[in-house]
Formats: sequence, structure tokens, C-alpha cells
Amino acid sequence: MKMTNTLAIFRKQLKDTLKNKTILIQFIMFPLMTLVMNRTVQMEGMPHNFFVNLFATMYIGMAPLTSMAAIISEEKEQNTLRVLLMSDVKPFEYLLGIGAYVWSGCMAGAAVICMAGRFCLTEGISFLCILSFGILASLLLGAAIGTFSNTQMMATSITVPVMMFFSFLPMISMFNATASKIAKLTYSGQIGLLLGQPGRPQADMKDIAIILLNLLLFTALFTAAYKKRGL
Amino acid sequence: MSKTIIAENISHKFSGRQVLDNITLSAGKGEIFGLLGPSGAGKTTLIKILTGQLTPDSGYAALLGQDTRKLNPHARRQIGAMMDNFGLYERLSVCNNLAFYADIYRVPHKAIPDILRQIGLYESRKTAVSNLSKGMKNRLSLARALMNRPKALFLDEPTTGLDPVTTKEMHRLLTAAKEEGCTIFLTTHNMFEAQSLCDYVALLGQGKIIDSGSPAEICRRYNHLNRLKVSLKDGKCVELENGRTAALPLSQYLDADMVASIHSTEPTLETVFIELTGKGLNENDEYAGNFQETTQRHAKK
Repeated sequence: MKMTNTLAIFRKQLKDTLKNKTILIQFIMFPLMTLVMNRTVQMEGMPHNFFVNLFATMYIGMAPLTSMAAIISEEKEQNTLRVLLMSDVKPFEYLLGIGAYVWSGCMAGAAVICMAGRFCLTEGISFLCILSFGILASLLLGAAIGTFSNTQMMATSITVPVMMFFSFLPMISMFNATASKIAKLTYSGQIGLLLGQPGRPQADMKDIAIILLNLLLFTALFTAAYKKRGL
Repeated sequence: MSKTIIAENISHKFSGRQVLDNITLSAGKGEIFGLLGPSGAGKTTLIKILTGQLTPDSGYAALLGQDTRKLNPHARRQIGAMMDNFGLYERLSVCNNLAFYADIYRVPHKAIPDILRQIGLYESRKTAVSNLSKGMKNRLSLARALMNRPKALFLDEPTTGLDPVTTKEMHRLLTAAKEEGCTIFLTTHNMFEAQSLCDYVALLGQGKIIDSGSPAEICRRYNHLNRLKVSLKDGKCVELENGRTAALPLSQYLDADMVASIHSTEPTLETVFIELTGKGLNENDEYAGNFQETTQRHAKK
């Protein structure tokens, strides 16, 4: 594996995203909304950092998933990926370059959300660690959808319901017992619960196992999509 | 001398349809090989097999001395390709597109301005690819394919839809690459392109190679298709076989002082293709077939 290829793909994607409003807005929207809402909306009885936790959970369910799926499916549709793979670039190098880019972009957004929360250092690090696993899970699912789809249209039609499910379920679970039971089995639900804990979030083995199982499931989905369709 | 591109008995099916049937061909160093055939004849599929993107159902393909199913990174770096829909990053500028591939091919960035000057896109270097014309995209795509000075270059219908000036410019760039020793494999349904550019051509029809050789060789082989085209003063045009049989009707036209002009029409790759398949190379296949029928009927009359 050549890191130079992965870095070239990372740089290319950075330049491309700056001109791609659809992807750019995914990275910016929730961090910006968190900053604004957390400063402007203050209600009595509202949990501490309510908007920070709510938007952080929605952010990890949406941004990495849609970005990853959109980037891969667009490259497949426009044939840029075919040309790239004909040169000396391996599928893993490509996926690593794009994945690293989306992960970094989302982590930058997560850092902004973290800043809005005004956490102390240890809390902030815990917050970012939890989000990084969420971003990774979401990214794997997005890669599976992007690899499975031949066109952007197809990717969007799969991404939207999946994204809605994972990003809104933690919020709905606050008001519905059944939704709460389902949410506990999803990575976004677990992350929502972890972030919602007062003080420094403490994850027990069960929470970690659920997130790991989600990661494993999405890896299996990606492998199946890759075997069926390839890049 | 070992050949740069080799295909031996390649067969491939798509959804039960035989796209390629026992294809055998080869191209040596510094040769331009043209694969001629109408749309859907299997030209792109063959390029995919020869570049290792697709594994054939049967047969053997080799590129730069290696089995295309197991091309190593060194061989991959020596391949250039220009596919039918460019594969360029539309939002990136001309310069950034080349810079990205320069990183992939380990070409120094300082070479980019020279490359852009060669293809006449230096002035548009900061323009987003989405704002370029089709001809400019074509040139950029070719520049990207030639950037690593490949030993084998694959072009899928490189001049389709281009104006004559851009086509001529593309041919100049390809000839320059050939002179540097690059083996060029191009698919086209433009017979003029094949005739003027290629050292060797193969005619592909319904997945099979129906004839191959140098363009001049093929045309000589089908010299019996040579026709006399007689334009009459009343505006009609008559085609006669160029042989003894033409003597009688020709003398009759001459005696009646009906002849405006007489031309000899040598067979072209297109007329050979029509003769062999009953279909033309272009999209207007039926028109070509009908035209042939009409002229033959006229000649019989």
C-alpha cells in the first residue's frame, strides 16, 4: 500500500469539497447550528448541553454517512474511479484516502460542537472519543451504500431513510418507549445515551459491545457490497 | 520482437449475449492499432479486458509482457487510458486535475505548465473542467493519459463528436506519442481516422474480427469493390463496376453525350465493412445499408 496515493486522494477530496456545496454543508451545518442554538436558546428545566448532545448525535448519523456514500457513488457514476483504479491506485488506498478525509472533516465539526459544549479537558476528550467511534460506524455504512450504488441517485435514495433512522431515532427515543428500546441497539442510540450522561460519560461493557457489534455489522455490509459490485 | 498488447482467443459473454467471440490480435511497440466497429460491437469490453478491468470468460490477454489478470504496479504505471466519458473531476480546475494525477504517477508538478501548453490549455488552467468544451475536455483527458509517458495507451473513441480542427490536433498528439515508442490501441467507428492514423486495423462485427491488416492492405484486398461513378448531365449519378462490364453502358452514355464526369471510387474501410457485414460503421447504419442498396440497384438499371 502506498501512502502517497492515499494522501493524493485526501488532498484531491479536500479541494473538491471546497467547491461541492452538497458535501460542504454536511460538515458545517450541525456544528454551526449547535453554536447558534446553544448560545441563543435557554429554557428552564432544559438539560445541560441539550443542543450539544442532540446535534452531536444527529451529526454523526448524517454527515459521515451521506458524505461517504455521495463521494463514492459520484466517482463511480462519472467514471473517475474507473480511470483512477486503472492507474496504480488500489481500491483500499482509495477508500482509505476518502475515509480518512471524511473522518477528519467530521472530527473537525465534532471539535466545533465540543467547543460549544464548554467541556473541561477530560470531558472534551471523552466527548470526541465517543463521537469518533460514531463517525467511524457511520462512515462504514456510507461506504457500503456508496459501493453498492452505481449512481448518485441510487445512493441518495438508500442514504436518506437510513440516515433519518440513525440520526432521529435517539431524539424520538426520548418520547417513545418502543423507540427507546430499538435505539439502545443502534450505535447512534448508544452514543446519544453516553453523551446524555451528566459529567464525564462512563461506558460499560454492554454499551461498548453494542457499538462494536454495529461496527462489525457495517463492515460485513461493506464487504458484501464490495464483493457484489466492486468499486 | 515481443508484442506490447496481445489478445489470444478472447471470448466474453454479457447476460448470455456473446459480446466477444474468439478475438486474437496483437500490437507491437510504436504501433497504432485501430479496432473498428459499430456501437455495441464489443470494442469497450475488449479495452476493459486488455487493461485488466475485466476478466474474460476464456482466452488470454497480455499487456507489456504480463497477464492482464495479474498486472503488477510497475506495469500499471506504464498504461494510459482515455475512456469514452473522460473521467475528469468536473469541479476541479484543469491544473488541479493534472496535479492530482501527477501525484499518483509521481510526475513533478513543474511539468504541468509545459503539458498544458502542449495541449493548448495553459490559458484555461484555472477554469473548472465543468466549464470546458467537449474538445477541451478531450485534450485534457488525453494529456492526463499521456502524463506518465505510457508504453501502452488505450483510447476509447477519442475523437467522437469533435470538430475537425480538434480532431487534427488530437491526431498530432497521438502521432507524437507513437514516435516516442508508445503503443496505441484505439477504438473508433470513424474510418477516416483509422485510415489516416492506424498502422494496423481490425474490423469487429458482432463480436468477431471479420478482417484485419494495414488499412491499405485491406482496401487492396477488396479492390473488386472499386467502382466507377458516372455523373450524368441530367443530374443523375450511376455507379458501375470498374471492369469490362462497365465498357458497354459507359460507351452508351458517352455516345449519347450524357456524361458530365467519371470518377473511380476505391474501396474504403467503410465500404469493406459494409461489404462484409451489410452494416455501416456509424450510428446511421441503416442509412449506409440503404445507400448501398440504392446505388447497387441504380447500377443494375
